[in-house]
Amino acid sequence: MTPAEIKEVILDILEGIAPDEDLGALKDDVPLREQLELDSMDFLDIVMELRKRYRVQIPEDDYIELATMQSTVKYLTPMMKDLQKT
Amino acid sequence: MSMYDTIIIGAGMSGLAAGIRLAYYDKRVCILERHTTIGGLNSFYRIGGRNYDVGLHAVTNFTPKGTRKGPLARLLRQLRFNWDDFSLVPQIGSTITFPGLSLRFNNNFEFFRSEVNQHFPAEKDNFQKLAETVADYDDLNEQMASCSARGMVAEIIRDPLLVDMLFCPLMFYGNARENDMDFAQFSIMFRSIFMEGFARPWAGVRLILKNLVRKFKQLGGELRLRAGVERMDVSAGRVTRVVLDDGTELEGDSVLSSAGWVETMRMCDEPAEVAPREAGQLSFVESVSVLDAQPRDLGCDRTIVFFNDSDKFRWKKPEEMVDVHSGVICCPNNFDYPEPLDQGMVRITALANYDRWRSQLPSEYQEAKNSWYARMVESAVRFVGDFRPSVIASDTFTPMTIQRFTGHENGAVYGAPKKCWNGTTPLKNLFICGTDQGFVGIIGAMFSGIAMANRHLLKFAQSDDSGQSRAARKTD
Repeated sequence: MTPAEIKEVILDILEGIAPDEDLGALKDDVPLREQLELDSMDFLDIVMELRKRYRVQIPEDDYIELATMQSTVKYLTPMMKDLQKT
Repeated sequence: MSMYDTIIIGAGMSGLAAGIRLAYYDKRVCILERHTTIGGLNSFYRIGGRNYDVGLHAVTNFTPKGTRKGPLARLLRQLRFNWDDFSLVPQIGSTITFPGLSLRFNNNFEFFRSEVNQHFPAEKDNFQKLAETVADYDDLNEQMASCSARGMVAEIIRDPLLVDMLFCPLMFYGNARENDMDFAQFSIMFRSIFMEGFARPWAGVRLILKNLVRKFKQLGGELRLRAGVERMDVSAGRVTRVVLDDGTELEGDSVLSSAGWVETMRMCDEPAEVAPREAGQLSFVESVSVLDAQPRDLGCDRTIVFFNDSDKFRWKKPEEMVDVHSGVICCPNNFDYPEPLDQGMVRITALANYDRWRSQLPSEYQEAKNSWYARMVESAVRFVGDFRPSVIASDTFTPMTIQRFTGHENGAVYGAPKKCWNGTTPLKNLFICGTDQGFVGIIGAMFSGIAMANRHLLKFAQSDDSGQSRAARKTD
């Protein structure tokens, strides 16, 4: 998966979690927590979704890497580069 | 024998919400419901061609579409619902009526604040302080949680009348403890009722329940109705088998029960060595009057009226079969619907004595229902328009009805006075959700199921699952 595809996956996950949000206006470099008021239960859901969909395991110490879209994609790129987008 | 990751006992709001979370993450999950219908404490039925709702009058914790904070928004994200799926319509406005004084409130806290300031000018700063204390409160350690709310509020608010008026709605809508209230519960309820607000779907609570069931089944969850749990076999500190009334045996890695703490522990064939917990004592009678007119045309124009006719507001099991000195009057018609409900309805709820209802002979029971229906309505029409000439049908349910449909001992609507905030039991794979876990109201019940499923059954390493209790706070 390319970084652009990983971003699509994350957007798809966010769309599922917060279907009422307009994600088109999401900024890549501003914390998701600030933009969408996501809380730690929601971040855990992002982690669970990645595990469910792609069997990607994210250790708890790394959750901090999911702060913004930019940091999330950067963090996931080495882990997901050999996976196919479904 | 069937094998599940989790067996859930009870298809009420909490069990269904927990089931959705587990099924969403591909767990094999089965919900067992003793009755032929779902809902438990919040349900619905049909008699004589008319629909009736049972349980809470309104959804509390209401926040408008687009709100990202608070229990409702968090719940929708956790269950993957759109805001529109619950079709919540806000209330018109409610009233707390005590001798000589009424306070109105709606879903705008500033309006309630102005009412308090106008009628209790000396309490203006104190009320502000109370609101701040409640908004900031998020400590769920059990010692703080069960602090006396009466004691803590009396330190802030001086006027005992205002104290009683604030407690009245909060107690009626979720307090299992006689005379007093846990401070955690007070804070949760204060936020859910005064700072957030009331709403209702036009089609009633059944719409929410039906959405929950549909989603649960779509995700592959299994719902078994008429499947009461006869017992649970226990070995080496774990539940090993769930046995149904018809003898069917089920195995699950874990069990999540919404049946109540005492009730659940009693199902275990080897009751664990635990300090006995008191069963709840507070039960209700509710009367439903169907009208041939819209309530507002009969002088019943508020959404909900909480009334008390005495100097002191008493919150305890009454001596008589029903305590008609205080109560709740709800008109489900009085929400801001785009079109009116097709039938007028007034629901009245009052405290009741389970033992006295239970001791009625079958021949006396119907007569008691009829006569207490009349006395409750007579009491209520002192505070709303006299709708009696317009009544075309009525139904009354008693502590016996509540016990039958919720399984709660003593017909205790809000379960045991001591809550089990973390949901654990002495058995390693048995957990509690729902009323006896502690989150209350329709949103709270669902959140209870979600939080306990996340915490114990999805193996989340996390602490922030206190959902409803952190309503008005920023989440870290």
